[in-house]
Amino acid sequence: MSLLSRRQFVTAGVAAGAGLVIGFYLPHKSGAPEESFSPNAYLRITPDNKITIVVARSEMGQGVRTALPMILAEELEADWKQIEIEQAGASTLFGDQTTGGSASVRTTWDPMRKAGAAAREMLITAAALTWNVPRSSCTAEKSRIKHSATNRSLSYGELANKAATLPVPTDVPFKQSKDYKIVGQSLPRLDTPDKVRGTAIFGLDYRMPGMKFAVLARCPVIGGKVSTFDDKESKKISGVSYVGKIGDSAVAVVADSVWEAMEGRRVLNITWDDGANKDLNTTTVRASLRQAASKKGTSLYSAGEPAKASGRHISAEYELPFMAHAPMEPGNCTAHYQGSKCELWAPTQVPQDCRDSVATAIALDPEQVKVNVTLIGGGFGRRLEHDYAVEAALVSKAINAPVKVVWTREDDMRFSTYRPASFHQLSATLDGSGFPAALTHRIISPSISGQKGQPVPNGVDPDLPDEAGPVYGLPNYSIEYVVSETPVPLGWMRSVYALQAAFALESFIDELAVGAGKDPLQFRLHLLAKDQDLQYFTTTWHTARMRAVLQLAAEKAGWNTPLPAGRYRGVACFGCFASYMAEVVEITMENGQPRVHRVVAVVDCGQVVNPSILEQQIQGGIVYGLGNALRAKITIEKGRVVQGNFDDYAPLRMEETPAVEVYAVPSAEAPSGIGEPSVPPVAPALCNAIYAATKKRIRALPILS
Amino acid sequence: MADITLRVNGSEKKVSVSAETPLLWVLRDTLELTGTKYGCGAGLCGACTVHVEGNAIRSCSTPVSQVAGRSVTTIEGLGANGLHVLQQAWIAEEVPQCGYCQTGQIMSAAALLAKTPSPTDEQITQAMNGNLCRCGTYERIRKAVHRAAGNGGSR
Repeated sequence: MSLLSRRQFVTAGVAAGAGLVIGFYLPHKSGAPEESFSPNAYLRITPDNKITIVVARSEMGQGVRTALPMILAEELEADWKQIEIEQAGASTLFGDQTTGGSASVRTTWDPMRKAGAAAREMLITAAALTWNVPRSSCTAEKSRIKHSATNRSLSYGELANKAATLPVPTDVPFKQSKDYKIVGQSLPRLDTPDKVRGTAIFGLDYRMPGMKFAVLARCPVIGGKVSTFDDKESKKISGVSYVGKIGDSAVAVVADSVWEAMEGRRVLNITWDDGANKDLNTTTVRASLRQAASKKGTSLYSAGEPAKASGRHISAEYELPFMAHAPMEPGNCTAHYQGSKCELWAPTQVPQDCRDSVATAIALDPEQVKVNVTLIGGGFGRRLEHDYAVEAALVSKAINAPVKVVWTREDDMRFSTYRPASFHQLSATLDGSGFPAALTHRIISPSISGQKGQPVPNGVDPDLPDEAGPVYGLPNYSIEYVVSETPVPLGWMRSVYALQAAFALESFIDELAVGAGKDPLQFRLHLLAKDQDLQYFTTTWHTARMRAVLQLAAEKAGWNTPLPAGRYRGVACFGCFASYMAEVVEITMENGQPRVHRVVAVVDCGQVVNPSILEQQIQGGIVYGLGNALRAKITIEKGRVVQGNFDDYAPLRMEETPAVEVYAVPSAEAPSGIGEPSVPPVAPALCNAIYAATKKRIRALPILS
Repeated sequence: MADITLRVNGSEKKVSVSAETPLLWVLRDTLELTGTKYGCGAGLCGACTVHVEGNAIRSCSTPVSQVAGRSVTTIEGLGANGLHVLQQAWIAEEVPQCGYCQTGQIMSAAALLAKTPSPTDEQITQAMNGNLCRCGTYERIRKAVHRAAGNGGSR
């Protein structure tokens, strides 16, 4: 997701007698315009001494329910044990509530700190007024204001009502990072105990009285419709209570259990109107990408004049397939339609989109739709869609009862929204030493936002500014985006376009290094040798930071130490979501296939909030990225997605998982993304290692195709 | 429809479902024990792992009739008195991310430790390879199994 706005506000809200409430705004993307500013997060300190942060950031494994409170608690000088986080549902009173784009920490760092610091200062003032002593003689520590001269102290709860009557200070001092007690600590995640007990409630686990279960038969051909259906056999299945058309392209089977609904669907007789895509297949998709490459694109980045550089010319083409998120918890949503209102329980990254789409689908006003956000069993971008919520609302309306719509694994695989297949043209003009005097990268890919009818400002897909920036400070450098079209449904999948851009660019850089007879790591360091600030949309990329990341990776990986016979290394670096990442992959080749033994990953993501969560995210991203690189491929035959389950779309298992060492460059810069930046360098680093082992260049993913 | 009696987490449960209903859906939808998860329905991901007479099985692919009269343990019944040593290790090693697959992971690990109290890395891989995790927590899972086995997480 793009990040177009970094506005931060703190506003006051006072609930009489109910303590101190501060509303503030956590930007995600292009939020509400400034004049209609509305908070989307609240800090609440109640007289019973509870400190609660109410925020709509969905927990899908990335640790937001721990990391975000840590940031606020630090400035508030709160006792960590007292802090609670409350999941907000969709609200028209709230600003943007989307979770995505590796944005939860990086966009909330300032507003969370401001809210915490403002409350701290208000509590100090409240105490000073209570005791009639100078503010400067009071200190905040562990959720108490202390006056050490007289050995008095008051808890935040005791001061909350008085603090609530004070104006919110606008210019508050932040703590210095050297004084941090909470930020930078590997504090245990607050959600872990419930998850190991089995008591954590994911979307699929939510239950309510009278709730039915539904599965839907959807047209297997993309864009096709229901022609006719016969429910005679389905209704013979015990527990099946309803069979009916939902929208144009699906039939719902409702029963007392998921199994009965699945059985009812199995024997359902449907004839489909396949529609326009019945002849679509992977070959035609690939051809259309190549065809689009002849169009002139939009410039994403431009330095110098690549066309005018003289020297030896080299070019190569790279290609990536559609991929599916395949989170462990398949799509689902519980809906309870009650005439003039509808309530949902959804594992979603976009509660407000769910609310608005549901309202439209069942002809209610958004205010009549309430969305509760459950825990999410893996997001990876799939829960940025709201299809499952709309289905649940429609079925609930049809049967006039609460219902949980459940997607099977095959439904999840075949009716997903996919990472776009893409095609890349790279070319370089080499100087006398074999270094690129000019480099051109043409990214040919459909636009995810464009396909969804969302704004594509100036022809640039709004995700590209976070995900396809320049890595090297080359004098002549062009990155161009050519939009293509596809009927295959597209979605944002972990690291989105960065995975494509990094695979193509960092494989090509390796080709250039090999061609120049130079060490691939030294070759990259040479291209990063000069300190340069590369402006790419709103982000400034610093070659010095990327160089430091690469150097640390080389040192930790022992790049200059010879490997045992049969072991090979590959390296890649890339920047996205404002973070810098370098990875060194170590492999052997067994029966013509790579076996990854070790990955050294180095990140510069600014100030680290929680090192343990950082390690989780980086390790997880690398396992995800290895799965993408080795096998992830969605193919289309006769308009249908071929893959259906974890046998033909096989993620990484424990036996293939390497040891992943994670290092962060120490930094006091503001935090940047960690959920996604580790994914993109994996594929090129692995392919570069495979080249080192076999002299075979992989120009199309997946590797094991 | 059939009346089937099984022993779940130490107590006798009588259910009236069709005999071929997978144990998973009886646990989740009939007995409302939602700690056991649905991931694939085909025995490919291990999210639905429970114990039958102490052996780890995939409840999504086991008809309930097959476990009639037998003893089933789910995550809810694993730590009879408080948390099982593996659950403690999972907390100590901060294993879960999204957490969805972790109950199945813990059930597979528990069956392993019951038979092999001090497993090697290879034995852990063999026992855990059928359990998928899309968050990529495999390294911490390995550490947690070692920790629970009293190996202090060493490799």
